[in-house]
Amino acid sequence: MDLRRFSNGIALCGLLAATLLLASPARANPYEMKLDNGLRVIVKEDHRAPVAMHMVWYRVGAMDETDGTTGVAHLLEHLMFKGTKTLKAGEFNKIVAGLGGSDNAFTSHDYTAYFQRVPAVALPRMIKLEADRMRNLLIDKDEFERELKVVMEERRLRTDDQPQAQVYEQLMATTFNAHPYRRPVIGWMNDLENLRPEDARAWYHRWYAPNNAYVVVVGDVDHKQVFDLVKKAYGGMKVEPLPVRKITAEPPQTGERRIVVKAPAELPQLLMAWKVPHLKDVEHDREPYALEVLAGILDGHAASRLPRNLVRGSQIATEVGANYDSTSRGEATFMLGGTPARGKSVAELEAALRAEVRRIADEGVSAEELERIKTLTVASQIYKRDSTYVQAMEIGRLEAAGYRWQDEDLMLDKVRSVTAEEVQSVARKYFGDDTLNVAVLDPQPVDPNAKPRPRPAGLRH
Amino acid sequence: MNTSFRRALSRAVFSFAAALAVVPAMAAVDIQHWVTPNGARVYFVESHVLPILDTQVDFDAGAARDPVGRKGVAALTQGMLDAGAGGLDEDALAEKLSDLGAQLAGVVDNDRAGVSLRTLSNPREREGALALLHTLLTKPEFPAAVLEREKARMIAGLKEADTKPDSIGAKRFARALYGDHPYGRTATVESVSAIVRDDLLNHYRVHYVAPRAVVSIVGDVTRTQAEAIALQLTGDLPAGEPLAPLPAVTMPQATTERIAHPANQSHIFVGQPVMRRGDPDFFPLQVGNYILGGGGFVSRLTKEVREKRGYAYSVYSYFNPQRQPGPFQIGLQTQRSQAADALKVVDETLAGFMAKGPTDEELRAAKRNLVDGYSLRLDSNRKLLESLAVIGFYGLPLDWLNKFPERVQAVTAAQVREAFQRRLSADNMVRVIVAGD
Repeated sequence: MDLRRFSNGIALCGLLAATLLLASPARANPYEMKLDNGLRVIVKEDHRAPVAMHMVWYRVGAMDETDGTTGVAHLLEHLMFKGTKTLKAGEFNKIVAGLGGSDNAFTSHDYTAYFQRVPAVALPRMIKLEADRMRNLLIDKDEFERELKVVMEERRLRTDDQPQAQVYEQLMATTFNAHPYRRPVIGWMNDLENLRPEDARAWYHRWYAPNNAYVVVVGDVDHKQVFDLVKKAYGGMKVEPLPVRKITAEPPQTGERRIVVKAPAELPQLLMAWKVPHLKDVEHDREPYALEVLAGILDGHAASRLPRNLVRGSQIATEVGANYDSTSRGEATFMLGGTPARGKSVAELEAALRAEVRRIADEGVSAEELERIKTLTVASQIYKRDSTYVQAMEIGRLEAAGYRWQDEDLMLDKVRSVTAEEVQSVARKYFGDDTLNVAVLDPQPVDPNAKPRPRPAGLRH
Repeated sequence: MNTSFRRALSRAVFSFAAALAVVPAMAAVDIQHWVTPNGARVYFVESHVLPILDTQVDFDAGAARDPVGRKGVAALTQGMLDAGAGGLDEDALAEKLSDLGAQLAGVVDNDRAGVSLRTLSNPREREGALALLHTLLTKPEFPAAVLEREKARMIAGLKEADTKPDSIGAKRFARALYGDHPYGRTATVESVSAIVRDDLLNHYRVHYVAPRAVVSIVGDVTRTQAEAIALQLTGDLPAGEPLAPLPAVTMPQATTERIAHPANQSHIFVGQPVMRRGDPDFFPLQVGNYILGGGGFVSRLTKEVREKRGYAYSVYSYFNPQRQPGPFQIGLQTQRSQAADALKVVDETLAGFMAKGPTDEELRAAKRNLVDGYSLRLDSNRKLLESLAVIGFYGLPLDWLNKFPERVQAVTAAQVREAFQRRLSADNMVRVIVAGD
């Protein structure tokens, strides 16, 4: 768990970054078009600077993987830079850089997405490049081998040598016995060792198709021109049959689960997860919005309850956080966590965090607290407009999780309509013992001369 | 949601350097500059497109100004500006800030310490938020009880960092580069334990003064309003006393430090002190560095270490120009058993680049990226504010941004090679390897 990220009001960013009603007179913007082959294009014109943010999102992520080949979604994302029938390995990056741009990509449980930030005049070239690698990717064996090594280094860097990341990985594996969020996005090391080029090829052919993707453009562009460019680049592609998605639902949890992670570190750490609903019906659901507001009141801003009461007040913790994201494809968790202050135990911190939720369950929240969340909601809508990246991410994330970008305004209104009673009600309902999962980092002395723990040998050949 | 990024963008510092790139495609950035009656320097870019105001106030109050043996004073002073001010306690200040929908962020590095504020530009929010910023800057109270708590939190963080190979390496690297120079000393459990409230009061009194304040303003206010804002924020700051310049940096002797650690990966640092802000070699060195290891996926280091050999997820190089010569640094992390091989590739790549310089094609590609990508690096108020703050603090010329493209264009391959050969030397190259076999 990256506590800084954890406590920076992530809870708010899922919903609270919708288009601002009062400052956006042209309600036609963004614009949307759908090709006959199912590819959708969403264009948001933003003419403040001569730049364009171009993204292609695929509705496939680590949650669509199966055991034995975890990590293949993310590895394929790396391989998408390794050449097509007409492009050599690395040439994609080179072209983008040569046009003054920068590019990258990211994989989550829910989606895989690729983006380029370029001068607006370079957008036509970007659209062609992305269309090319949607159909014409080549996976060379040598390139595959080398890139797999890079991904293993990435796993060592981000997870294996990061005790806090291990706690998160193992908590997810504990919270979900059956649902695919139990598997890490980057994949288990042993699965990486066993991945073969044909696994990546199969993944690509199974999921990379116009009817499983959408294009998002934000910037100094004319939407009609973008539509034309997209039509030209993707129009000839055929609809592909997509596999039926068999996402295992998590069976009800009927008792609390606790795990301990031992790793070289100085400070213990606590991370707790409860299973809670995510947003399914934007119009009629109420609880996910109430949970968003609850997360905001606990840890959404400088004056929120957890830092105020536990870091500054009782000083039981040096860091605390709450996290809930209502907008996901899969099942949702509400997390609370932190680092106990010196002389305080993990058990004391756990009790204190749970007492904060219980206090809301018993006493509710104040009108001022509720109003503050609404104020921050409106402000964050405006601040968002300073970044084309953030605006494109909002559109992309909503679409990836199965909502429509048009839902943004409604979601914002819904968050603003949450009452104190609704916040109190979800605090009462969802934070019991039986659906609780607890992971604790038990810090071990750093022995400078110890070697990393041996792992089971892979089947690599 | 756990998002796993493909590659870390090459490092904040390059994008920071690149944030000063300019392309003619975009209208010139009009930086307005003036000095308040009590000596604060103000830099302003007017932009009414969004109803947002961004303001930053920096002082010559960074970590290099920490008293000897009390490393951590600058960070604590800056960090506690909002821990109680103008008769309001930290909770009341936090509530006011949140009720206005405003965002506050701190800035502390070797040279600078300051605060940035983002607010809506409507009069109610703007005036409320600026009044709050004024209170933090001019009436901080540094309550003793909060100091004890913040010291404890800092010490906990330091102890944790001392178990992590990247933090251990970064500290040892700074020490090996700069020795006893202020840039070489980092906070320790001992230095923070020794800090008392008077240290903060003294640091604040000596360094948070008008003649060394730099106010950067970007956004939805007029010049007249910006002048009033600058006066409001700095008018109550004292004149202070002149400050001695930082000591000169002594070049280190080449050395290789190996630090045992049980991590899976070795963390490798290679570099030496090189460049100040305003350095005449800035352009050849920065353009050259883009080619060597600053240009992300297309750099030579990425090609050799990552693409050809799969040794690392992230490998980079950067220059970090500061008041005194800041570091040139190459960094990477690799499976510990192949640390020696990876380091050899890094050494050969650097040596090859220094001996022969860039190819014509590499130079052309670098210029295209740095020049044509200008608009991307200044396309938001936030990015403009960062650039403005650097220009203001280091006294760079006001046309720095607008002249950037032609200066990049003018760089030749021979200049890059010559500048690298003259400014970098194997005799001064420091290596730190944490957790190598």
